[in-house]
Amino acid sequence: MKQLMSFIKKEVLHIIRDKRTILILLIMPIIQIMLFGFAMTLEVKNINIAVFYEYGDEMAEKIIARISASEYFNIVKSIHDTNEINNIFKNDNVDTVIVFSHNFSKDLFNMASPAIQIINDASDPNQASTITSYISAIISSFQNEVLLQNSPIIINTELKMLYNPELNGAYNFVPGVLALVLTLICAMMTSISIVREKEFGTMELLLVSPMKPAYIIISKIIPYFIISTINLITILVLAVSLLDIPIKGSLMLLMAVSFLFIFLSLSVGILISSLVSSQAAAMLISGMGMMMPVMLLSGMLFPIDSMPFFLQVIADIVPASWYFTAVKKIMLEGQGLFNVLKEIAVLTIMLLLLIAASIKKFKVRLG
Amino acid sequence: MEQVIYTNNLTKRFGSFTAVDNITFHVNKGEIFGFLGANGAGKTTAMRMLCGLSIPTSGQGYVAGCDIVKEQEKIKKNIGYMSQKFSLYEDLTVWENIKLFAGIYGMNIKDIKKKADVILDRLDITKEKNTLVKNIPTGWKQKLAFSVAIFHNPKIVFLDEPTGGVDPEARRQFWEMIYSAANDGITIFVTTHYMDEAEYCDRISIMVHGKIAALASPKELKEKFNASNMDEVFRKLVEGTFNME
Repeated sequence: MKQLMSFIKKEVLHIIRDKRTILILLIMPIIQIMLFGFAMTLEVKNINIAVFYEYGDEMAEKIIARISASEYFNIVKSIHDTNEINNIFKNDNVDTVIVFSHNFSKDLFNMASPAIQIINDASDPNQASTITSYISAIISSFQNEVLLQNSPIIINTELKMLYNPELNGAYNFVPGVLALVLTLICAMMTSISIVREKEFGTMELLLVSPMKPAYIIISKIIPYFIISTINLITILVLAVSLLDIPIKGSLMLLMAVSFLFIFLSLSVGILISSLVSSQAAAMLISGMGMMMPVMLLSGMLFPIDSMPFFLQVIADIVPASWYFTAVKKIMLEGQGLFNVLKEIAVLTIMLLLLIAASIKKFKVRLG
Repeated sequence: MEQVIYTNNLTKRFGSFTAVDNITFHVNKGEIFGFLGANGAGKTTAMRMLCGLSIPTSGQGYVAGCDIVKEQEKIKKNIGYMSQKFSLYEDLTVWENIKLFAGIYGMNIKDIKKKADVILDRLDITKEKNTLVKNIPTGWKQKLAFSVAIFHNPKIVFLDEPTGGVDPEARRQFWEMIYSAANDGITIFVTTHYMDEAEYCDRISIMVHGKIAALASPKELKEKFNASNMDEVFRKLVEGTFNME
């Protein structure tokens, strides 16, 4: 026990003497939350719109007023010549043009078929489709309200956004950043710190000493476990206080699942360290082999459901995708233990397999 | 004379490759035993088996009276080890390194302090006690690493090419430390590339292709091979086996 304590002290010294790294480890989650929360939102705001309509057309003007009132859109220009439309995207800072058909109001009341054309700058297809759906929503709600009595057929399409009613892009990033940061610190830093001892030759020195191999590993794990916990708390506090994202489910459950994932990532780190013998290789494997799948396959940036089947299978192997789902369910949807049992079970099985593999690998190396 | 190391047909195979092939030898207490061989001759593998880092495929070995297969843990308490890579923690201070390694061997802090003061004084680096190891000169680091390896007073110390990359003057001082440790009754098991260092040993063994090709005192070897120095002995031996194949 005294041995273990002096070794943990040694690991802590290694970490705090490397000031740059510890600073990066503590600040990185803060920067990531800020970046994802504020800069990298997928929602659209401040969209510049030009309109083409016949001057004095009552209904067209009403619809334009509606659109203009929305916080997403600014009406910046009205056009009176159809030829202008082609050049307006190039010359003016306009994202979308809305064209009302000739005699729009009159046709509307006569049940002839008035038309609205939405022309988008689709060089950013995501933004273009989001704009289109926002504008369509505004138009159809206008139609429902104003033409209620006159229109014989009313098709009421109602969109309801669950769990994230404001379509706030930051929501999905919080579980994503959690998965990313915890993977990075646990898997990458632990594997680097163990491999460094191999590279410098101090590992051999420890292995010929009476120091128990298990103690060597435990003393490596504990400091990174503490740093991960600090980061976990930092991210949650920032999410709640800065981004106004409430933790809907049980905090205890969220912490428990997170600790499970931390242990899982730590054992990934140990396994990586037993496979490679240089710090560069450890960084490459944990960087490319862990970070990329976490970013791309966890569901953080792209929904897993819309991936091709073979990628879905790969995503299922990535522990972070299970953690991501569990955090999303608990934190954003407020679901209870019963609904995340599957994720917890999968993570636990993965943890046990990894520990077994690490122990086996360690023995092989000694033999 | 007491034998602190002896092996009987010790063998290690990796798949179909035999790294160490039926070696049988012994090392006496208090002697400086040179373990020589070209790169890949199997000396590191043999040494790893003796230190309990690697399990032999067949044969027996005893270090400090303990079986190298069954009593690894007991062996570890009785040996010191210094590898070719400089192996102290660069980002810890001199004192923190000493405290850490002595602590692993179960020494109590009072004894560690007392002995550390003596050793730092002998190495003339008392004022560097709280300096980070990376900031002290290489020659001193090597000597410090050796002092740490024998700090817990082991029966045997294994030195794996300890003087690699050190200037001749520092090497000479290093060998003085080795002699002094041997005089204190510590058995020295040393591998080296420098043939002039081989002359400093009481007895040497030369490994070729996993086998011990020669084992005697430097003087006897020079007579046997009709050579003027160890370098010639080594060349004749390695070329000789090569020609026989």
